[in-house]
Amino acid sequence: MSLLQVKDLAIHFGGVKAVDGVSFAVEPGEVFAIIGPNGAGKSTIFNLISRIYEPTRGTIHFDGKDITGLKAHDIARLGIARTFQNIELFDHSTVLANLLMGRHTHSTTNFVQNMLFMPKVRQAERAHRKRVEEVIAFLELEAYRKKMIAGLPYGVRKVVEIGRALAIGPKLILLDEPASGLSVEESQDVAFWIEDMRRDMGLTVLMVEHDMSLVTQVSDRVLAVANGRPLAMGTAHEVQADPQVQAAYLGTPGEEAA
Amino acid sequence: MRVVFKKSYDPDIDLHEHGWSRGKIVVLLGIMILLPFFVGEYYLAEAANTLIWALAGMGLMIAVGHTGQVSLGHAAFLAIGAYTDAALMNVGMPFWVALPAAGIVAGVFGAVIAIPAVRMSGIYLAIATLAVFVIVEELVILLEPITGGVGGIMAPTITFFGISFDRYGELENFYWLTLGIVALVTWGYANLMRSPTGRSFLAVRDSEVSARALGINVTRTKSLAFGLSSGVTGLAGALMGHYIGFFNYELFSIFISINLLLVVTIGGLGFIQGAFLGAILITGMPQVIAILRDNLNASTGIDIGSIPGLDTMLFSVILILFIIFEPTGLYGRWLKIRTWFEIFPLARRDMFRRQKSYLKTERMK
Repeated sequence: MSLLQVKDLAIHFGGVKAVDGVSFAVEPGEVFAIIGPNGAGKSTIFNLISRIYEPTRGTIHFDGKDITGLKAHDIARLGIARTFQNIELFDHSTVLANLLMGRHTHSTTNFVQNMLFMPKVRQAERAHRKRVEEVIAFLELEAYRKKMIAGLPYGVRKVVEIGRALAIGPKLILLDEPASGLSVEESQDVAFWIEDMRRDMGLTVLMVEHDMSLVTQVSDRVLAVANGRPLAMGTAHEVQADPQVQAAYLGTPGEEAA
Repeated sequence: MRVVFKKSYDPDIDLHEHGWSRGKIVVLLGIMILLPFFVGEYYLAEAANTLIWALAGMGLMIAVGHTGQVSLGHAAFLAIGAYTDAALMNVGMPFWVALPAAGIVAGVFGAVIAIPAVRMSGIYLAIATLAVFVIVEELVILLEPITGGVGGIMAPTITFFGISFDRYGELENFYWLTLGIVALVTWGYANLMRSPTGRSFLAVRDSEVSARALGINVTRTKSLAFGLSSGVTGLAGALMGHYIGFFNYELFSIFISINLLLVVTIGGLGFIQGAFLGAILITGMPQVIAILRDNLNASTGIDIGSIPGLDTMLFSVILILFIIFEPTGLYGRWLKIRTWFEIFPLARRDMFRRQKSYLKTERMK
């Protein structure tokens, strides 16, 4: 059974059909990429899955459960984590605090217990820290633990955001342009991490990415969208060879003349 | 620079990373406990007043500094706390019941108000809380049987175990009581901020959209923060009532709300310490001005006391200077000075330069 199943998803903002009838299914353990030119509706699909937007039409099933009616804050608990295209970290906190915030869905103590800082709270804090340290070791963030986000270079922030998503302990991770703005070496790191997430952590990855070399390297299947509509689905090479996809990226020959 | 050798995660979880900073707090608390033996009646009363303001400032800090919700209506919660406490004590309840009740009533009221209000942010929330303040002020006048209406109400003397904590009769006792309550609240506040609840407050403040993506219920978190904020302010209100002794609705004017905002802004938004520094400044300033005025009058014969609104003007100038030159407040300035010494001579001028954050175009609220 598919881990994530999107059926006939659509969202219209007034007359603008940002996403219009997109269907796909992501299998467990798969790396699935969505590509498309700017404004194709890729990030909108992400925002629909993470329930920030209300779809006009269509359904989203995760793990056999319909999540279309859930609230945005219910999604993480089910095991869906995400990153944002324009880094959305908590700027005035340290890297460690940001990662610990990713453990929110696992906290079981209420605010009164927290205020008294009962032994139970301390035990939970130790357990959270242990999990977060695993993420720090995985992403090699040791040097930045106590650094404020506001002073960190762009590349590190990108990695911290992936770390915060991993700290949730998800089954499915949505990466919104994980390699945008990164150097060649940094995006190579991202490629290795995605491989490891799948192989060692058993994660399923759904990503939006423009960097075709990264997409080709890590993804099993690729969905190309343009103007909110699906164009082609298949392996990276198949999709790149598709004439419709090429037309969407490069324009149709003779278009200028017409 | 201090390097702490850690063998477990506990030093990071503890309130203080190392014994030295824990020791400083113990020394400070010790000085505060022994204060009645060193200073006279007048300054001890001022110290108690400063503590009460710091308590109210901590209340507002939870909302403004740690959850990013500006409130212009916190005088209302001071009033609710003061009237609840006084009214309950007037019907014969002991102080140890009336004070927590004052906090709870103010807190629940704040949390209920917050449920619709937290959908707003920034200036709109400020205006909504201002409206709440006006409503509460009217209610206080209307509920005459409880509040004494325009005439006012008397806050009874606090006694338990046969010991009097009267603000005029037994000032030392009242001071120690206030100190105890402030210390307890500070401890709870600091605990909260190192726990998941505190982290969810910060998350909501810095980015609502990613807070949601991490599973944080933004509305519930904001109402909880606003409720706690109002509750702590309510406790401060109850103590303020006892400090003043006899009060009516005029004690809780809009200027109190604004002064409270000054406390947290000048003190340093987002730092518990900031509430204390801000409170010292706001309660100390009138004293400093008074002393200056007397000296100036005695030595040169210039009477600046005759200039109306001098205090207010000075406050405003200080606030503007802080917003322009030190938006992180007194505590932020202190952190910079401390870092300069700690890493001497490696500090650079641009170490603390605020970075513009780019790529925030698609912020979704």
